[in-house]
Amino acid sequence: MGTTPCKYDWPEASKRKLIGKRISRVDGPAKASGRARYTYDINPPGLLYGKIVRSPYAHVRISSIDTSEAEKLPGVKAVRVIQKTGTEIQWEGDEIVGIAAVSEEIAEDAARKVKIEYAHLPVFVADADLAAAEQAQRTKVTKDDQQGDVEKAFQDPDAVISEGFYGQPVICHCCLEAHGQVTQFSDGPSLKIWQSTQGVSVNPGQYAEVLKIPAASIDLVCEYMGGGFGSKFQVDRWGIECARLSHDAAGEPVKIMLERAAELQVAGIRPSLYGKIRVAASKDGTLTAWQSESWGTGGVGGAGVPPLPYVFNIPNQKVKYTAVSTNTGGARAWRAPNHPQSAVLTMGALDDLAAKLNMDPIDFLTKNMDLAPESLRKYYLDELPIARRLAEWDKYWHPRGQGASGPVKRGLGVSLHTWGGRGHNSTCNVTIHSDGSVEVALGSQDLGVGTRTVIGIVAAESLGLPLEAVTVKLGDSRYPYSGASGGSTTVGGVSSSTRRGSVDAREALFAVVAPGLGVPPDQLEAVDGHVRVKGDPAKSLTWKQACAKLGTKPVQVMGKNPGDCNLTSSGVGGVQIADVSVDTETGIVKMNRMVAVQDCGLVIDLKTAESQVFGAMVMGITYALFEERVVDAQTGKALNANMEAYKLAGIGDIPDLVVHMMTGPGYDERGPVGLAEPPTVSPGAAISNAVANAIGVRVSTIPITPDKVLAALAGPEKGAMA
Amino acid sequence: METFEYARPASAREAVKLLAGGNAEVLAGGSDLLARMKDSVSTPNRLVSLREARDLRGIEYTAGKGLRLGAMVTLEEVATHPETRRHYAGVAQAAEKAASPQIRNVGTVGGNLCQRPRCWYYRAGFGLLAMQDGNSLIPNGDNRYHAILGNSGPAYFVSPSNLAPMLIAFGAKFRLLGPSGPREIPISAFYVTPKTDSDSEFALKPGEIITEVLVPPSPGPSAFYELRQKEYFDWALATAGVVLQMNGHAVKSARVVMGQVAPIPWPSPEAEQSLAGKTISAEVADDAGKAAVAKATPLSRNAYKVTLARVTVKRAILRAAGMESA
Amino acid sequence: MKRKKPKQTEPRAETVVSRRDFLRGAGVAVSGSILTGEGLLHAAADTPAKVLGPGETKFVLRINGKPHRMNLEPRVTLLDALRDRLDMTGAKRVCDRGTCGACTVMVDGKTVYACSMLAIEAEGRDITTIEGLTPEGKLTPVMQAFVDNDAQQCGFCTPGFVMAMTALVKHNPNPTPAEVDLALSGNLCRCGTYHGQKAAALQAAKSMKRGAEA
Repeated sequence: MGTTPCKYDWPEASKRKLIGKRISRVDGPAKASGRARYTYDINPPGLLYGKIVRSPYAHVRISSIDTSEAEKLPGVKAVRVIQKTGTEIQWEGDEIVGIAAVSEEIAEDAARKVKIEYAHLPVFVADADLAAAEQAQRTKVTKDDQQGDVEKAFQDPDAVISEGFYGQPVICHCCLEAHGQVTQFSDGPSLKIWQSTQGVSVNPGQYAEVLKIPAASIDLVCEYMGGGFGSKFQVDRWGIECARLSHDAAGEPVKIMLERAAELQVAGIRPSLYGKIRVAASKDGTLTAWQSESWGTGGVGGAGVPPLPYVFNIPNQKVKYTAVSTNTGGARAWRAPNHPQSAVLTMGALDDLAAKLNMDPIDFLTKNMDLAPESLRKYYLDELPIARRLAEWDKYWHPRGQGASGPVKRGLGVSLHTWGGRGHNSTCNVTIHSDGSVEVALGSQDLGVGTRTVIGIVAAESLGLPLEAVTVKLGDSRYPYSGASGGSTTVGGVSSSTRRGSVDAREALFAVVAPGLGVPPDQLEAVDGHVRVKGDPAKSLTWKQACAKLGTKPVQVMGKNPGDCNLTSSGVGGVQIADVSVDTETGIVKMNRMVAVQDCGLVIDLKTAESQVFGAMVMGITYALFEERVVDAQTGKALNANMEAYKLAGIGDIPDLVVHMMTGPGYDERGPVGLAEPPTVSPGAAISNAVANAIGVRVSTIPITPDKVLAALAGPEKGAMA
Repeated sequence: METFEYARPASAREAVKLLAGGNAEVLAGGSDLLARMKDSVSTPNRLVSLREARDLRGIEYTAGKGLRLGAMVTLEEVATHPETRRHYAGVAQAAEKAASPQIRNVGTVGGNLCQRPRCWYYRAGFGLLAMQDGNSLIPNGDNRYHAILGNSGPAYFVSPSNLAPMLIAFGAKFRLLGPSGPREIPISAFYVTPKTDSDSEFALKPGEIITEVLVPPSPGPSAFYELRQKEYFDWALATAGVVLQMNGHAVKSARVVMGQVAPIPWPSPEAEQSLAGKTISAEVADDAGKAAVAKATPLSRNAYKVTLARVTVKRAILRAAGMESA
Repeated sequence: MKRKKPKQTEPRAETVVSRRDFLRGAGVAVSGSILTGEGLLHAAADTPAKVLGPGETKFVLRINGKPHRMNLEPRVTLLDALRDRLDMTGAKRVCDRGTCGACTVMVDGKTVYACSMLAIEAEGRDITTIEGLTPEGKLTPVMQAFVDNDAQQCGFCTPGFVMAMTALVKHNPNPTPAEVDLALSGNLCRCGTYHGQKAAALQAAKSMKRGAEA
């Protein structure tokens, strides 16, 4: 990626046989046939079933715990008190007692026999109401900054000012495979863990630290995992307790997978974000000032500071953020932490300002591109016209509220986003066996994004082999360390380590083979399943023949990232346009189409890359229209901790999705950057803007449900703010 | 789930015997019952499976006599039954998009008609009336999906059945079987608003089961309309069943029954009167919709449901009249 | 999926004890013939049905054409019997309340939620799980279409979707996009693979028309 060529550099476009092509994921057949074994599916001999007794209340102190009846139940093998009498419980579903039994039914019976008494404490969960939170003393101002002269900018007689309220509630990750693990912890000590995790290599150390056993005695496996989205990095308390239950049960394996209700209550949420925003531009549409007072909750600990204003560094700005503490389960990273919420606030406010200026929002964003980070401007300026064309913007967009006259109104909305990404630390073993088979082994994990496939493609490309010739082994902590999968850093990390390892392995093979071919090793190349002399393809060995020369000594090298030659970079841009129809009689929003134009540097596998973006749009449509964690303010009880009332979009809610990946000069040479986060950022804002374009008024918060649309249409007197 | 006894009788009569005494529940398709049992909302100590009770099956249409639906007929069978589709379009429509394909394959007519409220306070363990310290949690709670009619309390949940409003619009009745023998009851009298947490929302005597639904000959065109936020598999926010008896181009008489708006399926004589003698048009249908919700008393968070119920009634009327547009 | 159904009343020589039961030592001793299905719990309409449970009770489940002797409490769901007792883990447990479709199996040829059916209720019926679609390990056209169209990411919902789509293309060789949506409306995906699934359904239907088996 530098200007000086380096031996590890990504092959140039004309030479790529696999990189950048549309390739089916290598574990597709195992998944489609149901043969793939996830943590939930691990049933080792002697397996015990674990259950956690959870607090049914959101804020209490434990007065007493009596597990005696549970312990007496035949089939119960271990009972552990996790949080003792006297402990303050801060959210519903928190873990109090763990049980292991010979069947799940008996474990449940035992859980019902545990008697716990509680003293009730005041519950606060109403995060949308800042005044109520302040009154309850549940707030903390964590940002209050200013740049430029905000007052003056707003007072400029030439300024056009838009004011509004925007927001979104807490949503859950709702991974289809619940959090959980199977643990087998025997004396020795020896701890075997099958865990649904985004951190195969990093978690053993965490278990070791808490359980006070050598990390070397721990092996953690996660061959397949059913979704994480940022919520499965760490070792959870239920993981530690699962191990302890196994130890108490004489080393028999114990499985604890969270029930769906617990999954939605305690296994991670995305923080809410609400904000009152004022934003100003001069009459020609140049942004001049921004003022935001925003707040949100991520549970008892509040939430992190959102990046406001998003993408555009408006010259005069005043930004205040207040974290609200609620008696609800805690936040975890959720694809592109804080970005989607910040996009809803920023892109919604900018869209309202564009409407006030009577400007086409794409023109408005383009006009202000000087305020976007310099490194991203080119991407946005490339992408906006492509998105405009793919969405048929010039055909379907109309000034706000000036669409068709019937009850069903169509509208288009745009948003843009960014994300860092990079390559995380990764090491891998690349082995070329004398029979010609090749394996790449590393302690990474495939969350469903196609990590296995990407690794295989990079190795095969580097060795001049077909993809099928490479076996990728991941999901086991005994393999070389590779980072946790978060922040869109995995593909950058594993493809770089694999590239370096594969190039080194190739060189090692060449060194063995070269004498026989009568040339120095650097005159060899590996192409199309052959090792041959550059410029003299007649002098060639098949891959198998070449590898046979290794005899009893396979080539095995370690590839690393970071390492020589910079193979990745950071910072991507993307643009999305939503096209919706709103039934103004019912307030029901239907998607007509959604367009994503996305950059991620060098695309390794176009097919799985596109899938990432398709999936991000589906998740985005889901949170824009349906998702909301509902907690009763009177009792602190979750009202929709199930998949019926916690609504996820079904196939019928998904329109025509159009993905355009930016590739070629200006993109490829940056190496793979990262893709999982960025396309999830814009959908909420783009859909909210499309609805405003359709019906002429802003529905201030997502999800855009019928009640809110009808209230917005009824006017500000009737429509509630939140 | 807690433990329970299980029996699988071969007839309705035997089922009734097995239901006698104790805390027994009928197991039909199981979709709702098992979910409630897993959440400890229902804790029967015996389940009587009707799977093998062959006398509860069968769907027959007899010209001049009407339609007979066995209680164990599946929703899928109702939705695809040619004569039901032809003569009772609204009934087929009520069945064909209820829940999901998997549920329609096992979900039964009797189960749909006897499913318990989806009220999220009830499902979260607060009891049918969501009482805490003598007061209902619903008026000051999250009542976005709750009742807008018949909601003077203490019941605020909504009747969830798709089939019930439509069958009531057709004037259908249930044949029940209990320890003291069979009896018939109009479906309109079957649903009752509970006054206390220990009341049932069904007029079933202990040990009684629904054996059949008897639908009289159809007086004319019918339709069912439901509004869901999601395209499929989402609880309706409002439904309406409409049956029209025509006199040439004019409505001679109409039946309009709403679902998901009150603790019981909610007939609207106001809407029916507003249709009588009229030729259906968008305006006439809209007026009927307005009449249907004229007495609605929304709670703190569900005023939008008044609009949805109005639009639902309008659209059901237009669909019945073959004038569906919106 | 045109394999012959085993006859319901004909005991088969084949005996199957689950690995789980075997490992647990709780399995039923294998001897003689296997009782199959109907007739175990009741006989004619005039003889009263037995009341079973709440403890373990013996019955047979016919899964993918093979009888499996079970000894379970009535409260065990079909899903838990498959996954925890028979180690058939293709059907997944996700919502466990009949709303997500990840546990979809076929009973007498129709898709059902295995989490919402008691195992004992499936006695005497033909149960087909995703394992039963590929007895020789070869992908079906539906599975191949999932692979080709990348209609899966984490893959946890995939077996349920494969079952639902298999039921669709078996009965409707020419589905419209709206019929595809309706047929798959009882299943949920969190990664957002619906776009690929729409294409996969059309590809699978096309292969079916060319004579492949679902």
